[in-house]
Amino acid sequence: MRNEFAFIGLLLLVTLGLNSVILFVARLIRPAKPNPIKAETYECGIEVVGNAWVQFKAQYYIYALVFVIFDIEAAFLFPWAVAFDQLPLFAIVEMIIFLLILLAALVYVWRKGDLEWV
Amino acid sequence: MPLKGTFLETWLLGFLSPSLTDFLLNLVMAVIVALVATLPIVVLTWMERKVVARIQDRIGPNLAGPYGMLQAIADAIKMFTKEDTMPAEADRVVYNIAPIAMAAAAMMTYAVFPWSPGVVGADLNIGVLYFLAMGAATTVVVLMAGWGSNNKYALLGAFRAVAQLISYEIPQVLALMVPIMFAGTMSTVGIVQKQEVIYALLFPVSFLAFLIAGIAETGRSPFDLLEAESEIVAGYHTEYSGMKFALFFLAEYAATFGVAVITAVAFLGGWRFFGLETRLPFLAPIILVLKALLIVFVLMWIRGTLPRFRIDHLLAFNWKFLVPLTLINIVVVAIVGKVVSGAPFGVQAVVLLASNLVLLFGALAVLGAAGRRARRQWEERIASIGGVSS
Repeated sequence: MRNEFAFIGLLLLVTLGLNSVILFVARLIRPAKPNPIKAETYECGIEVVGNAWVQFKAQYYIYALVFVIFDIEAAFLFPWAVAFDQLPLFAIVEMIIFLLILLAALVYVWRKGDLEWV
Repeated sequence: MPLKGTFLETWLLGFLSPSLTDFLLNLVMAVIVALVATLPIVVLTWMERKVVARIQDRIGPNLAGPYGMLQAIADAIKMFTKEDTMPAEADRVVYNIAPIAMAAAAMMTYAVFPWSPGVVGADLNIGVLYFLAMGAATTVVVLMAGWGSNNKYALLGAFRAVAQLISYEIPQVLALMVPIMFAGTMSTVGIVQKQEVIYALLFPVSFLAFLIAGIAETGRSPFDLLEAESEIVAGYHTEYSGMKFALFFLAEYAATFGVAVITAVAFLGGWRFFGLETRLPFLAPIILVLKALLIVFVLMWIRGTLPRFRIDHLLAFNWKFLVPLTLINIVVVAIVGKVVSGAPFGVQAVVLLASNLVLLFGALAVLGAAGRRARRQWEERIASIGGVSS
């Protein structure tokens, strides 16, 4: 019996291996003459100023948070969507109420100003 | 699996145990899937350069072969022989793994594409969910590439890229919910088999939302802030050169073709074409590829036509238009779908299409009204400070 997910696991190893082989072949072919000028970080032609690891802007965290909320909602929607044909009307209305609650959450976040790119 | 019952299996069973034969057949199938995933880059790079060139009233590459068709080979030779400079204090492990992981994630999506009724890499019963999940795996790799480059601009580009990629996941998933609802399965083969009438005609809102979200997910123009040459140099792949950059490139084109194939599968009917595929079964993969290339052509057309979006416009468009639209779309389609579920199929199709069109035009009307109000406020502000608007 062929397990489909075993195939996926094998595919992961094969793709990682294939890409590593491609890089290895390229390493055999290409020239390698490192010097410190070439290894400098690119900053539009000027000298590098300051540390590269800049401060993280908090707005990205807000977007990630809103994303997590809607992604969990999507995860709940998947089984409902697959079983949509056999569901009675009650289940449809229940899921619609769930979606409307999350839509209200989106409106709240919107009106609060958390979706602005500051 | 298409390799079972073929001469390869019988030959291997002659001298190997069944479990080892099974493993070897799986391995051969995995290598075939991975190699198929590298084919789009050859066709798509040529097609993109020619199509965008013609839209811009020029010819595009025509020297490397007849009509420039060997240009991809010339590019490949260049990529192999370019020197690979690594920035001085880059995080070596992360920097080196990022291109491999990105290309691997893009190639793994090809496992669930239904080329033909019997030919599919892995007929997972969560097919499209697997595709979305693998497509989302590129998000963390983008951050790896930006972080490992020890470059401020790469890191900023990676942050923005991740914000865009995670934001556009939501309408992609929500828009794909509608074909899943009506096909009753997440398997790609199942969705194709259930499409008597293609879902693009029944659910245009979902089709458009999925297409737009797919363009944003692969980072193509007009959402190509991730790699905008004039703005943040090359974004998260600034510090990559040679084959590592080529792997990012391969991942992007493989992902573009992947999104096109899944759109063709979920909304355009996959390998179906008015029953032609049952009479001539070898045409089924060709039909799927042609539909996918049609969508790729539309993507390139959009690329050549529209200017790039700014990051705040892009994210506002997603969170304030696409996400509410796709949520309300699911609600409307669920209600309408249950109400007409007893009616004959023609009536169902017409009612679903009508409800979708009402939703679409309603959404555009709301957008237009909001735009007019914003413009009126802007003009009042200009007039109140004594501006010179006519």
